[in-house]
Amino acid sequence: MQLQLVSIGSVMLQIATLLYLFSMAGYLCFLFVQKDRIQKISFSLVAIAVGVHFFSIVVTGFAAKDLPVQNMVQSLSLAALAFGCMFLYFQYRFNLKILGLFASIFLSILMLVVMLIPDTPVASNEILRGFWFIAHIVLIFTGDAALGLACGAGILYLLQEQGIKAKTPGFFFKRLPSLDFLDDVSYTCITTGFTLLTFGLVTGFIYAKTVWGRFWSWDFKEVFSIGTWLVYAALLHFRFHAGWRGRKSAIMTIIGFVIIIFTFLGVNIFLGGHHQEFTK
Amino acid sequence: MSNIFLIGANHKTAPVELREKLSFTAEEILGALEYLKTAPHIKEGLVFSTCNRMEILYIPEAGDQVEAMIQFISQHKKIAVSEFRSALYIHEGDEAIRHLFQVSSSLDSMMVGEPQILGQIKKAYVVALEEGASGVLLNRMMHKAFSVAKRVRKETGIGDNAVSISYAAIELANKIFGDLSSKSVMLLGAGEMAELAVEHLMSHNVKQIIVANRTFKNALALAQKFKGQAIQFEEREEALKDVDIIISSTGAREYVLTQIQVKRAMKKRHHNTIFFIDIAVPRDIDPKINKVSNAYVYDIDDLKSIVETNIAQREQETIKAARFVEEGVLTFRKWMDSLSIVPTIKSINDKMTTIVEMEFNKTISSLTHLSCEDIEAVRRMTQAIATRTIHDPIRFLRNTGDHRDDSLYLNVTRQLFGLDIPEKDG
Repeated sequence: MQLQLVSIGSVMLQIATLLYLFSMAGYLCFLFVQKDRIQKISFSLVAIAVGVHFFSIVVTGFAAKDLPVQNMVQSLSLAALAFGCMFLYFQYRFNLKILGLFASIFLSILMLVVMLIPDTPVASNEILRGFWFIAHIVLIFTGDAALGLACGAGILYLLQEQGIKAKTPGFFFKRLPSLDFLDDVSYTCITTGFTLLTFGLVTGFIYAKTVWGRFWSWDFKEVFSIGTWLVYAALLHFRFHAGWRGRKSAIMTIIGFVIIIFTFLGVNIFLGGHHQEFTK
Repeated sequence: MSNIFLIGANHKTAPVELREKLSFTAEEILGALEYLKTAPHIKEGLVFSTCNRMEILYIPEAGDQVEAMIQFISQHKKIAVSEFRSALYIHEGDEAIRHLFQVSSSLDSMMVGEPQILGQIKKAYVVALEEGASGVLLNRMMHKAFSVAKRVRKETGIGDNAVSISYAAIELANKIFGDLSSKSVMLLGAGEMAELAVEHLMSHNVKQIIVANRTFKNALALAQKFKGQAIQFEEREEALKDVDIIISSTGAREYVLTQIQVKRAMKKRHHNTIFFIDIAVPRDIDPKINKVSNAYVYDIDDLKSIVETNIAQREQETIKAARFVEEGVLTFRKWMDSLSIVPTIKSINDKMTTIVEMEFNKTISSLTHLSCEDIEAVRRMTQAIATRTIHDPIRFLRNTGDHRDDSLYLNVTRQLFGLDIPEKDG
């Protein structure tokens, strides 16, 4: 019964990956052809993929009777799901059609990595349970996803800005929305992501207290997480007080997201620490 | 057989002074429609008038009625015939249809591809429809014009590219700011160029217009014209704090805004985006300002080079659009031709014969016990029923009364019998 569930979960994950890849192809078509229908189809594909992906994770989690963040594959898969959900939300809110291109490419890459690296089974770990743990994971993952989308909007901003500044409005000029709008989307993503991240860190501290008896233990991941948080705090601060908007803000979102990716993966791979368990 | 006529004058045939005299106000259009409705020799009519064109579309009962129409324009607009006769174009039949389709597709506009014209024509059509001046033919023709326009817009890139300087500038402003209705504009210099640029911007409903000029009196006059605000020329740096788009067209020899001034202003405006459009020669805005972050400077040469690229791309699209128009004319012509009595009767007969044949064969094939005579008798009976059924409708169609609009009845008949392949209209 359990084995069956696991295999159902992995088949669904494969289907979801395929759907993400199709949606990426669709969005690439949309970039060139600019037909609304293609965008709608691609968007629906992402939405279906996210649904399938969600059920795959539920099934896997149900089989293992744990939140599936036990190893690297599961963590990345959950991160992709969080990203997909956040994308659906922001697309619904802003209807920034071309953002799907960034999202579907990012999701496809993540899922291909998930497919390619070995899914080493890990003995279920007692400490990776409980309300604070789940809250910590959900908040951090969705927060990072929102900041990832901010980075996406930032990249689109830089593409559009570069053309306008250089006075050679070219391929992207018609295909991307206005600078102010992209800046708005990026800013909303940042504030959303930053809020989620803040609560994610707080729940993380509480969780650490319940498991290890202390809020802070100078773990590498903790240090980097605080570092990430400070980068975005600085970005928001300068935006309010020194007018860091537009280009500067866009560059910062990209730097911030690179740091997030490093915190998410690099720390575990290169530095070690007690977050190691998730990414074996 | 009805023929379609179109009389008008546009930006290609009439200078602006004449167009102003010929243009119809909303009330004058109502008056004109009333005339078209009640004039004894005119079946249907429609009038549209924009700042670039005035056109009257009508279907005469008999003759061409061109002279009567010109007389009417002369009386209605109180302008001597000799004054505008040479500026008029008169199209008939397919030429009129083609012209209408070209206009609605924005191929005949001053700025080819501009999107407003379709809305203006739709409005004119709705007015004519409400007044009861337009009828079956014009209604169908207008709908076809809308669908051709829609196709041209959707399937060609004709509306994509800005091909005039001011339009290019507005497109850039749109790509920088998105929504212009919350943005303020400052004019530096109160010349004719500035005025033109603002006229275009006004159609996008900007929030506020500020005019700065060395001669304050001129600034005041222009500001009043656009319901804006006039300021002293020396206040321009201070005003940068509150405006988002600057259009400069002074005759100054030196830059009227320098990089240092803009850098100072950017701090005060919290680095919110600012866009400079410099249409003056020699230039007014220091090009180095473009290096300041979130500030964009386009001078007249930058805009010109964008326009040139766009024009080259657009010519390709115009060829495609012309083909769509031609196809539209053909479809409409086909429908017009079908709208006469003989082909309609023939279509009804053909349809009935097909139905009778089909149903007869279906029934007979299962009735194997009938003799050849019986089969023949049944066949005669089914044919007789069909003939008798359509006898009265056909007689009604043949018997054209004196005060009857054939096209109306033919149209209804064709719809009742489902003789036209339904057409998708915009």
